[in-house]
Amino acid sequence: MSDTAQGFRPLGRTGMAARVAQDIPAGWYVNLGIGIPTLIADHIPAEREVVLHSENGVLGMGPAPQPYEENPWLVNASTQRVTIRAGGSFVHHADSFAIVRGGHLDLCVLGGFQVAENGDLANWAHSATEAGRQIGGAMDLAVGAKRVWVVMEHVTKDGQPRILSHCTYPLTAAGCVSRIYTNLAVLEVTPKGLVVLDRVPGLSFEALQARTEAVLQQA
Amino acid sequence: MIDKFVRSMAEAMNGIRDGSTILVAGFGEVGVPHALLDGLIEQGASNLTIVVNSAGRVHKTGDATAGVVRLIELGRVRKVITTFLRSQSLAGEAVRAGRMEAEVVPQGTLAERIRAAGAGVPAFFTPTGAGTLVAQGKEVREYGGRPCVLETALPGDVALIEAWCADRWGNLTYKDSGRNFNPIMAMAGGLTIAQTHHVCDLGQLPANDIVTPGIFVDRVLHVAAGAPTLPR
Repeated sequence: MSDTAQGFRPLGRTGMAARVAQDIPAGWYVNLGIGIPTLIADHIPAEREVVLHSENGVLGMGPAPQPYEENPWLVNASTQRVTIRAGGSFVHHADSFAIVRGGHLDLCVLGGFQVAENGDLANWAHSATEAGRQIGGAMDLAVGAKRVWVVMEHVTKDGQPRILSHCTYPLTAAGCVSRIYTNLAVLEVTPKGLVVLDRVPGLSFEALQARTEAVLQQA
Repeated sequence: MIDKFVRSMAEAMNGIRDGSTILVAGFGEVGVPHALLDGLIEQGASNLTIVVNSAGRVHKTGDATAGVVRLIELGRVRKVITTFLRSQSLAGEAVRAGRMEAEVVPQGTLAERIRAAGAGVPAFFTPTGAGTLVAQGKEVREYGGRPCVLETALPGDVALIEAWCADRWGNLTYKDSGRNFNPIMAMAGGLTIAQTHHVCDLGQLPANDIVTPGIFVDRVLHVAAGAPTLPR
């Protein structure tokens, strides 16, 4: 039976991005990872001054360019063309990661394969022996930002839970995640476990727990 | 008179030996020394260790190859040190087939290892990678209550970089996100070779605006390359 037939509608990628954007206050310096996190920028109103950092050395990144303002030398971490806001600046890669590793970012939003109830994150490889290894800036961001939020689908394409008691994929960093945004819910990682802050309308706590391997707690 | 400009690609590539470690700048298609990579392919050095942010895109049969990916395809690369190695790339294939070694490292660790090399810092501890596969075989010590991994400096025998404007002393500026790895690789290269879009007279680049001073640069080749393209 589809989720919709069960009386609730999971968020799409845009809906997830918009939901995360709601919670980012003015004045924060924020790094958005590749994938769904990149979409969050489109949902932060221009009048809310959030300074976006891109790992390739852009601080004060703006939205995607209008055709007349395309700049081939200005790309984001996903190598898509972007713009720079008034007040923005460029730094080299070591300074860009000094921003990350030096604890200067208020928030980093990353995509995830798996998150464990203690905040462990796995988002770069499906096994230790895989030839492909896509670390990028994720390990630095996960340990360096003041807060790490993960945004991802609640379960895999074939219905396997991604929110687990222990990650089975290689870790990006241990205990780094403080909040998880999925297409079904918002979960806070706390010392007493995962607390449900928000659920999509029509989704019961029990139905959410049924799609989650880790034990959930009501707020 | 100091004049770091070379007049030909052959002069730019002169002396690059088999077995060299080559730092290759750029992020996406921006700030990549495409012409110098073409020159290196032509020059012929082999058994190379290539240090580069990404080891290349997903590859489909018949796709044209260039730059680092072309060097890998030609079997000229012994080892790649990178942050992003896609399984379905030529690099991923070469690793699976045992034709090439790969060391995949966190991007900030890569940048700091290069910066450290240029700054004469032989090693440093970082929390990045602690408790992960990246820490395997490395010394781990606790600082400030966090486990930290010992990482070593990563110098290059050669650095290939791309500048926006250069003068004859080798002073360089960059354009926008084209700065990326260029300034730190310039510092960490034993032989730093820059290709530059534009040439300035000495004194024309304001001292306040120079990002890489010429002390870090050995050779400059004027290549009026076009704008970076979007990835396919």
